[in-house]
Order: sequence, then structure tokens, then C-alpha cells
Amino acid sequence: MSELTLSIGPQHPGSGHFRLIVCLDGDTITKATPDPGYVHRGIEKQAEYREYLQNIPLLERPVISDSNGSVYAYVLAVEKLAGLVVPERAQYIRVLMAELNRIMSHLYWLAIYGIFLGHSTMFMWPFGDREAIIDLAQRVMGTRLTYSYFVPGGVRTDLPDGFKDEVLQAIQFLEKRLVEYEAIFYKNPVFVERARGVGILSREDAIKLGVVGPTVRGSGVDADARKDEPYDSYDKLDFDIPAFRDGDCYARALVRLEEIRQSIRIVKQVLESIPSGPFRVIQSSLLKPPAGSVYARTEAARGTYAYFIISQGNRTPYRLKISSPSFRNLPAFRFLMKGSHLADMPTIYWSLDYWPLEADR
Amino acid sequence: MVSLLQVFTGPLATIIRILVFPGLSFALVFVLFMVWYERKLLAKMQVRVGPLYAGGFEGILQPIADFVKLLFKEVIVPKEADKIFFMLAPTFMMALSASMIALIPLSPSYMITDSNVAILIVIALLSLSPLAIMVAAWASNNKYSLIGGLRALHQMTSYAIPMSFSILGIVLMSGSFSLLSIVESQRSSWFILLQPLGAVVFYLAALAELERVPFDIPEAETEIVMGWETEYSGINYGIIMTATYIKFYALAVLFTDLFLGGWLGPAPVPAVIWTILKTLLMVTLMMIPRGVYPRFRIDQMLRFGWTRLLPLSLINLMISLVLVTFLK
Repeated sequence: MSELTLSIGPQHPGSGHFRLIVCLDGDTITKATPDPGYVHRGIEKQAEYREYLQNIPLLERPVISDSNGSVYAYVLAVEKLAGLVVPERAQYIRVLMAELNRIMSHLYWLAIYGIFLGHSTMFMWPFGDREAIIDLAQRVMGTRLTYSYFVPGGVRTDLPDGFKDEVLQAIQFLEKRLVEYEAIFYKNPVFVERARGVGILSREDAIKLGVVGPTVRGSGVDADARKDEPYDSYDKLDFDIPAFRDGDCYARALVRLEEIRQSIRIVKQVLESIPSGPFRVIQSSLLKPPAGSVYARTEAARGTYAYFIISQGNRTPYRLKISSPSFRNLPAFRFLMKGSHLADMPTIYWSLDYWPLEADR
Repeated sequence: MVSLLQVFTGPLATIIRILVFPGLSFALVFVLFMVWYERKLLAKMQVRVGPLYAGGFEGILQPIADFVKLLFKEVIVPKEADKIFFMLAPTFMMALSASMIALIPLSPSYMITDSNVAILIVIALLSLSPLAIMVAAWASNNKYSLIGGLRALHQMTSYAIPMSFSILGIVLMSGSFSLLSIVESQRSSWFILLQPLGAVVFYLAALAELERVPFDIPEAETEIVMGWETEYSGINYGIIMTATYIKFYALAVLFTDLFLGGWLGPAPVPAVIWTILKTLLMVTLMMIPRGVYPRFRIDQMLRFGWTRLLPLSLINLMISLVLVTFLK
């Protein structure tokens, strides 16, 4: 028995709705073939039968941990198509909510990374602390995870009174906790040993594979739609794009921690500079954009989330195409796992923050 | 107390010792307590509540409820498994763990047996347990089980030798293989003070032996499902868990006897209570890493065993040689 083929997933504690066919020579992975598609729900096709506003709940379903981030680009695309000018207050509110959602998504990622490496405390802590942000989201948007909050022309509701203090309180708590995460996880000698030098993706390979988000930033490319093509009020805010040159799992983990810090910075600035005014321009349920095609992209928690919409002047889109970051990171699996140990499989797998539903759509 | 002592010295004494107090029943009750204690301790570390309802006080009966649930579950034997060995392996493990209790005394009056080679037998029993794991892994006829079993064997090669060497230092200092005389020779000072290195090596090796975090490599959940336990369900799984925890208890008592002066302690507290208190301390210390560390990789574990633990245990052995030469 020289080679062993393991079918990891879709029913495996470390796989998610996804299968990875791994060929093993001893403890070394000779070949890893990702097999996505277990949660394909034809969302792009379904979107053709729904009105523009009805599409929002549908399109945020694939990415439950980052639902604002996943519909942001869609809302921008529809606005571009219909020629809507969004009030400044709505732009700021959207940035605020998108960044809070990014923090939530990265905390979720951190928790799962902990349990993937067998660190149960790191699993429980961020999952509990995530509640602080979820409570804020619930206060504004009424639901815990699926908000349907961003609509073409603005946002669904205005911020409640006293929201600023609540956000500041939650963020103060989080900043304290981030230091503790660093102490127990990032500086943990066992984690450093497990993640340093594992799954190295060089700058050139990252660009060649076309990976996006924290994965490409972990390889030293500071590509981020928020800076490259600023949308809404991102060009008025001061923040950095963290990028680390090592390209290993540890660098990708550091990128996400640093992004939480940058998001906190953005949230603080938004709270300071948010203008008053209307939060929405039109009753968006009556949307009937003219014929044409439009493309918009945003930076969601996992990377570039882009939509391409073709309209024929009806109340439903003629064609809607989603380009999701998880799908674009998929080629990295085959590339990174080859030659690593079997035990590095979960380390590499979750360092890409692969979300099967987002990739399958 | 007097009547109790009579029971323990009367004609039925041996049977009662084996079945009731220092033996099986006590070990099982202690193990149930340990399971609850571990869950509570971990919950406190992770800002959770842990078991809360079963049994009134803070869910103290939760392990019993869990065990009863396992009793009622169907025993599933995979179609392609080697049925006889698949069913025998858990019992084999239980027998190995339970026989260790017989040799590790709680106190001179509460013990099952002592032998002039007690420690050697305990080491032999410990070294046999990867064999039982391999039997279970091979009989399951499952790739994940097989990988888990092989990992357990690899792991054993890295910790077993340092563990034996760390015990050798103590044998040198006390001049005996018998646990009774080892404890008695600590009257002047506990061995943890004379051999801190040996204690650290033994502690780490015990964690590896018990497959506890950060050395839970053979049952790494996100990599190989449950390792060699993958195919076990129902009461077979219950027996495996009980066997593991009995081994945990036995190693904690062993550490107490070897390094913490066993039952030696100020007088008003009975000797056996001292042993149990020290054992509890050791149990806590061996549980805490579970909340603090992620899991090592198997090649890192092997490197750790051969390049860190082994030299450390050898240095410890040399130090004890020097100490023995100059103190005597």
C-alpha cells in the first residue's frame, strides 16, 4: 500500500459542505483535488425570476457570516444601472454596517481556525464575543444574521438613537479581547509552529492563481477594492490595507487580525463624521432600471465580491453573474496542499477562509 | 473509622480492596467526577457554563447520564470489520488501564498490592496500550482508524523512552522499584524538588500517553475524524472513554506517588486524603493544557520527543546519579 486516497468530506468534521480528495504517500499529500458543488442552489438563475429588491434576501443567503458584504456590490450595481444618487448619510451607514459585518466574519473565521487546530478555547471566545456585534446589528437591522439591510438607493432604516455609544462600548470591549486572542493564540508556540512556513503562497503564484482577499494580502499584494476602486464613502476615510510578505498560514491569520483592527478604525471615524440627512432616496420596490449591463465590485470579508448584471428594462434582471471570493480562492487548494502533511490539511483549508456556499452559489 | 479499617484488614479484605475502595468502584466514581470536573473547568476557562442541570448541583451527574445514554445506544459493528477483535479491543484497553490501579497505592493501608517491581509492571502496561489501540484501529478496517492507530504507535516511540528514563532517576534515588518504598524514601524531601526536570518530562510524557491536548494527535478531529475511535459507538465507545480516563487517574496517582510524596503530609488529615488531594491537583494540571494549546503535528511531536524530552530525561538521570553519589 504505497498510496492512500482519502475522501475528506462532505461528511467530515473538518470539511464543511465540500469534498477534498486527498492522495497520501505516508503522511505527505501528493495530490489534493477540491470537489465543490454540494450546496449549489442555482442562485444566479433564481435571481432572474425575482424583482431587484426581492433579490437581496436571496443573494445574501450564501454568505451567512457576511451578509452585508455579499449584497453590497449588488446594491451598488443596481444603483449604477438605475442612476440613483445615494445620500451621504446612507453611504456612511453602509460603510459602518459593512465594517461591523467584516469584524463579525473575521471573528467567526478565528473561532473556526481555533477548532480546526484543536484549540477549543479559541473556538469559544470569538464566538461569544461575536455576540457583541450581533447585538448591535440586531438593534439596527432587526435580525441577527440575514439583514437585507442595504437596498438600492440607501439603507432600509435609519440608525436608532444612542447607537453611537453602544458601538463604541462594543468596540472598546473587542479591542481588549483582541489583545487576549493574540496572547492565547497568535503568540502560542504550538500555533506558531503549526502555521509558520505551512502552505506558502508566493507573491507571483498568488497573482497567477488570481486569489483574492486576505489570501492574496497574506502574500504581500495589497489589493483591496476599498482602496483600488473606492465606493461609497471609503475614499473619505483613513485606513490601511494590511499585507504580509510571508505568504504562509500565519501571515494570512495575521492579515485577518489586522483587518479587524483597521475595521475598528474605520468604524470610529464613521461614527465621528456621519452626516445627518435622509437615509434613502426612493421607495426601491418600484425599481425598473433601463436596459444595459453593469459591473460593480466591493471588498467583502473574504475578498472581492463582484456582480455583473444585464438588464433588458424589466423589473427583473435578465442575467445576473456573481463572482465570489471563495470560488476564486479555490485553485489555491490544489496548489498549496501538494507536498504538505496530512495534519496541515485543516490549517491550509481554513487559512483560505473557504465558504462552500459562497463558492457554489 | 475503626469498623471501616476492620473491613479493610479482615478476611474479605483483598476482594473489597480490588472491587470497592482503592480499586474498581472508587476509580469509576473518581473517573465520573473527573469527567464532570474537566467539563466544568474547561467551561470556566472558556466563559461558558458547562453541565448545569443533571443531579442538582451544577450538573454533577451529567457523566452518569451520558454513560447511560451510551449504554442504550446500538453497538454498530462495521460490515468489513474484524468483528472479534473489534469487540475485544475496548475490553483489552479497559483491562490494561484497570490493572494499573492494582499496582499504584493510595496509602499503605489502602492499597491492593505492592510488588518489588511495581513500577516496571506499570511501565509495561503503559507500553502495551498502543498495541490495544492498533488492534482497534486495524480491526475497524477504516482508513481514518488506521492513520490514527499508526499515529498512536509513532507517538508512543517518542514519549515512552523519556518517560521510562524520568522514572529511572527516581528508582536510582530511592533504590527500589516498589512504589511503597519510593514514597517512604521521600520523607526528607519530595522528589519533585530533587528532580524537577524528571517531573516535567514525566508530566509531558503522561500527556502524550493519554492523548491529551496538545498531544491529541491520534484522534485529531478535523484531520482524521476521531482517529482510531472513529468506528466505535455505543457502549464500546463508553468503555474506551472509561479506560482512557482510568489511565488518566492512574497516571495522576502515579505522578503523586513518584514526585509529590504520595500520602505524606501533616498528620490530622488521613494519609489517603493527602493522596487524593494531590491527585486532584495533578488532574487539574493535566487538564489545563486542553484550554490553552492547539494540537501538535505528528512530525513535530516526534521531533519534540527525540530532541527535547529524551535529552532532558538523560540530563535528569545524570543529575540524579550525581545527587545519589554525593548525598549518600
